[in-house]
Amino acid sequence: MRDVALLGAAMIKFGRYPEKQVHELAAQAALLALQDAGMTMADIELLASGNLYQSNAMIGQRILKEIGQSGIPVINVANACATGSTAFREAYMSVASGAYDVAIAVGSEQMGKMGLLGGGGGGGGGVSPEGIVGSGLMPAVFGMAGVEHMRNYGTTQEQFAKIAVKNHKHSMHNPYSQYQVEMSLEDVMNARTVAWPNTLYMCCPTGDGAAAAILTSMDKAKQYTTEPIKVLTSTLTSDPYTERDLTMPDVNTLTKNAAKQAYEDAGVGAEDLDLVELHDCFATAEMLHYENLGLCGEGEAGKLIDEKETYVGGKIPVNASGGLLSKGHPLGATGVANICEVYWHLKGQAGNRQVEGAKTGLAHVIGLGSACTIHILQK
Amino acid sequence: MAEAETQAKQVKPILPFLHIPEDENEEPYLAGSKCKSCGATYLGSRMACSKCFSTEPMEDVKLSDKGELHVFSIVHQSAPGIPTPYVAAIVDLPEGVSVRCNIEGVEPDPKNLAFGMPVEMYTEKVHTDKDGNDIIAFKFRPAK
Repeated sequence: MRDVALLGAAMIKFGRYPEKQVHELAAQAALLALQDAGMTMADIELLASGNLYQSNAMIGQRILKEIGQSGIPVINVANACATGSTAFREAYMSVASGAYDVAIAVGSEQMGKMGLLGGGGGGGGGVSPEGIVGSGLMPAVFGMAGVEHMRNYGTTQEQFAKIAVKNHKHSMHNPYSQYQVEMSLEDVMNARTVAWPNTLYMCCPTGDGAAAAILTSMDKAKQYTTEPIKVLTSTLTSDPYTERDLTMPDVNTLTKNAAKQAYEDAGVGAEDLDLVELHDCFATAEMLHYENLGLCGEGEAGKLIDEKETYVGGKIPVNASGGLLSKGHPLGATGVANICEVYWHLKGQAGNRQVEGAKTGLAHVIGLGSACTIHILQK
Repeated sequence: MAEAETQAKQVKPILPFLHIPEDENEEPYLAGSKCKSCGATYLGSRMACSKCFSTEPMEDVKLSDKGELHVFSIVHQSAPGIPTPYVAAIVDLPEGVSVRCNIEGVEPDPKNLAFGMPVEMYTEKVHTDKDGNDIIAFKFRPAK
């Protein structure tokens, strides 16, 4: 495997675009990424398109019909919330393997106001077991994952709420964020409960969005820039057997396995990271991943947020973008957008939310079912 | 008579691993399967062991109707048509299996629930399908 550079990246502001078609959002992001890389579609040798809810609709090819039908191979990828980051990995692998020199990954999704995700299926007589046999909807799944942290370490609802306060505060400096609304601890705690302990403002919104990234061989990148961003690792895991995983998705072991592999592959540790964009689909999730990614020791995540160490300016800034909680979570776009945010910080282009002097950053995504991706980028 | 039999109202489980004995005097139970190689136990049946990959046929296990509350959430917002609030939970059974379920018999408030509290399973009819069959679900409540 050879070294791979992230030569360009872009996203459109996440939000709601009912007047657009999803491939138009994707094409817009692709053109912005090409512009950022200093390339055109003539330079692109492979396209990996991540889209979950229209995964049978050939979104990748529809992007090319909008911006350039060069006849290149197109891979359409679906992998739950890790759809975009898995598309990124397909582009990465195609370059790392030596098969292609330049590939583009485009993540897109158009969810509108589609409501709660997950659950369903499997009921006898056409009866959904949802609400009768517990809940498989994401708010309850991540509610229970947070409650397990409470059980193990005495974590409080207030500590989870503090994570939401942080991410909403960070979003104030991100013009690409779906929501930019600062909230107090009281605002978050007093909001209506969706699935305890997560209140409304501790849950990410649904929405529309797109992001794109151009990956090239390091040799190719050096023809375009003197300071290429290196992709140190592109790691993907699925959930291994653990005792409760089939009933209660074990997002912890999934992420810990990915983190171990990623740090070994990249040759860096958690202590070397200057910023992290992690999968805060719910405030409870972010708490778990502080420990899963090794940003603190087991059981120390509550203290990490109490001491504000994951704020921009803290020891290890997490979700400077505002996270999924504010920035939004258009599923197929999310994984590429997380990488784009890290890229902007390494390039010094993150505006008022810039993590000063950032040299190494990590982007983490999980898709329930389950998939985990970790990408580590370095300047 | 054969025709009448095919039209007879049936009792069906909401999920396939809820076993409803033909003898009405026997209580429904959760059916599991146990790997003969490594002992990992599963809800329902599996083609091979997810833990050790053994393909030897598994041993059928009748799972206990008593367990302990592992974790829970109080669901206040759900899909359209699903009544809220309710307690969604994970219950650990002594055979090493965990079950996703509702906890009934308590007001849905965290203060009424304790980690590790003993719970017991019961079943009830939750729906009649379009063919007139009774759909039976399992639920848990604090153990008496």
